[in-house]
Amino acid sequence: MESRLRAALPDYDLMKLYEQMVLCREFEESCAEQYTKGHITGFLHLYSGQEAVAVGATAGLHKDDYVVSAYREHPQALVRGADPKRVMAELFGKSTGMCKGKGGSMHLFDPDIAFMGGYAIVGGQFPIAVGLAFASKYRGEGRIAACFFGDGAVNQGNFHEGLNWARLWELPVLFLCENNFYGIGTGVHRASALPDIHRRTCGYDVPSEKVDGMDVMAVYLAVKRAAEWVREHSRPYLIEVITYRFRGHSMADPGKYRSAAEVELWKARDPIPAFGKRLVEEGVVSRDDLDCLQAKARTVVKEAVIFAEESPWPDDGEVWKDIYAGGEEVCPWQK
Amino acid sequence: MAEMTYRDALNMALKEEMRRDPSVVVWGEDVALYEGSFKVTRGLLAEFGEGRVKDTPISENTIVGVAVGSALGGLRPAVELMTVNFALLAMDQIINHMAKIRSMFGGQATLPIVVRAPGGGGSQLGAQHSQSLEAFFMHCPGIYVAVPSTPSDAKGLLKSAIRDNNPVMFLEHELLYNSKGEVPEDEDFTVPLGKAHIMREGKDVTIIAYSRMSILALAAAAELEKEGISCEVVDLRTLTPLDTATFTASVKKTGRAVVVSECWRTCGVGAEITSLLYENCFDSLLAPVQRVSGLDVPMPYSRKIEKLCIPQVEDAVKAVKEVLSQKY
Ligand SMILES: Cc1ncc(C[n+]2csc(CCOP(=O)(O)OP(=O)(O)O)c2C)c(N)n1
Ligand SMILES: [Mg+2]
Repeated sequence: MESRLRAALPDYDLMKLYEQMVLCREFEESCAEQYTKGHITGFLHLYSGQEAVAVGATAGLHKDDYVVSAYREHPQALVRGADPKRVMAELFGKSTGMCKGKGGSMHLFDPDIAFMGGYAIVGGQFPIAVGLAFASKYRGEGRIAACFFGDGAVNQGNFHEGLNWARLWELPVLFLCENNFYGIGTGVHRASALPDIHRRTCGYDVPSEKVDGMDVMAVYLAVKRAAEWVREHSRPYLIEVITYRFRGHSMADPGKYRSAAEVELWKARDPIPAFGKRLVEEGVVSRDDLDCLQAKARTVVKEAVIFAEESPWPDDGEVWKDIYAGGEEVCPWQK
Repeated sequence: MAEMTYRDALNMALKEEMRRDPSVVVWGEDVALYEGSFKVTRGLLAEFGEGRVKDTPISENTIVGVAVGSALGGLRPAVELMTVNFALLAMDQIINHMAKIRSMFGGQATLPIVVRAPGGGGSQLGAQHSQSLEAFFMHCPGIYVAVPSTPSDAKGLLKSAIRDNNPVMFLEHELLYNSKGEVPEDEDFTVPLGKAHIMREGKDVTIIAYSRMSILALAAAAELEKEGISCEVVDLRTLTPLDTATFTASVKKTGRAVVVSECWRTCGVGAEITSLLYENCFDSLLAPVQRVSGLDVPMPYSRKIEKLCIPQVEDAVKAVKEVLSQKY
């Protein structure tokens, strides 16, 4: 049989997609464990089930394209190249964390990998993505801004203001809606007058499409094509990615608003084994290779947890730092 | 030095900074083709072109949010909100994003943003167009708040705000746009953020004010001088950073203080300054601090009663006499 996967990507890259999805899953499941142990506190929103979206989409972007996201964003940062140790340390609130323990799970940020932030105000990232795209266009950098958001966020004014603005100013923004069918416990049908989210861009003359978010290759190919179109035309585009989160909205959510049968149905479509199966069937890798990647990811995450555990807490003096730019370590007028 | 209006001084600051630094960009509602509701951006489109001077949709939160994003992308946006009343529609980007991003990302981001907004009352524009919201912004850490009172300060503070690497809410007073004063034409002239200005020296009482209320305080001081009362007038210039050292030193010298602010009295700027005085100069105070402020009411339209809601020169004069007549 001719491999459709191999026609799209070299073996190394195909394995990388699998490896990244596994890393994300391992990382998230480990977070759940650390939360139960009380090492991670506050809000914790896990991504399990949606891996194909972050992994496929990131593979379709350039390394220096901007990425912004919401609060369910550990995998998007990890896939971008964030160090799992620094991400885990951030979740533990340690000084070695990506944001020195000041951000937490919902606020990852690393300009070195153009990961421009996880934002916890639903829809707050829309204008920021538009602004990044403007800066890129103004400076002639050729970077696009990829903006991840949920199905719940499309009912915010920011979504509509952002689409209108990006089209009006002809800015390279790729809107990536992760439609996992729920905003906390409210189903998309109970929140959106038009639940077919990709169709909502027509009022802004922004082209859009829908893609299967449980299929990493489908996401990759759609995002790659769309990102190239956005870059070439300097115009916004929207992809609605159909996906599902296997866990509750956050660790605090018992998930009573959806049936066990529904969850099981989607778990049967788990993007990781599905892709692994294809890789084996099309002769790209062996089962052993997959097990090996899994073991490797587990080790990486284990090391991240150890690093986070052993890292020091922030100094008390940190509360006054990093608020204002300009060298002053504290708010001088308050001292 | 040249005599010019507060409006033209702001315009000059924008032009000079745009010439100096190509990363400075301007946008807002009606700022380009229409040259601004208050004409502060006059001539900008003609000189700098459509790429740098941009009209926007009526989307305040996005006006600020796009500034935040483009600052993260390396630009220095100096954007305009048509009036500060509409800043309330942008509070999410101002407070939840612009003020938080540097700190919550562990100091990895720098946001050199200026959000200009005209405000204040006194033109019979009714309850929704007459507000003085500076206390809202002063309350929130992570942003600076500039409140210029003179044309010279308007220019110097705006230039500093644009060059500064922190986000600045730059609050202009609508009734000051036509006020005139001497303004340095020197392109290197700036007024530092966080340094109050002793506008007038005196020995009997200190009047602490900002924005239009500083001009009002000067008028009150001139009137009181005729009666032999010597007022020192401290113009705060910025509410964040707040130059506590300068106004507390003045009050330690005079022993008496009147705080004048146009915003509402409850939890207003005057309340904060007054408590700082009690915290820092308690032993020097010869009489209770007097607060003059806007009344705690939504602004009525009718000229006759609108006036009652905004501090007048007589109110400041009366407060000074009151503080002089009392003692602990
Ligand atoms: C402005 C705002 N309103 C409400 C919330 C509370 N909230 C947090 S997540 C969420 C649901 C968002 O759903 P969706 O956009 O679909 O993202 P998902 O959680 O499914 O990834 C809500 C209502 C918030 N954080 N911000
Ligand atoms: Mg959702």
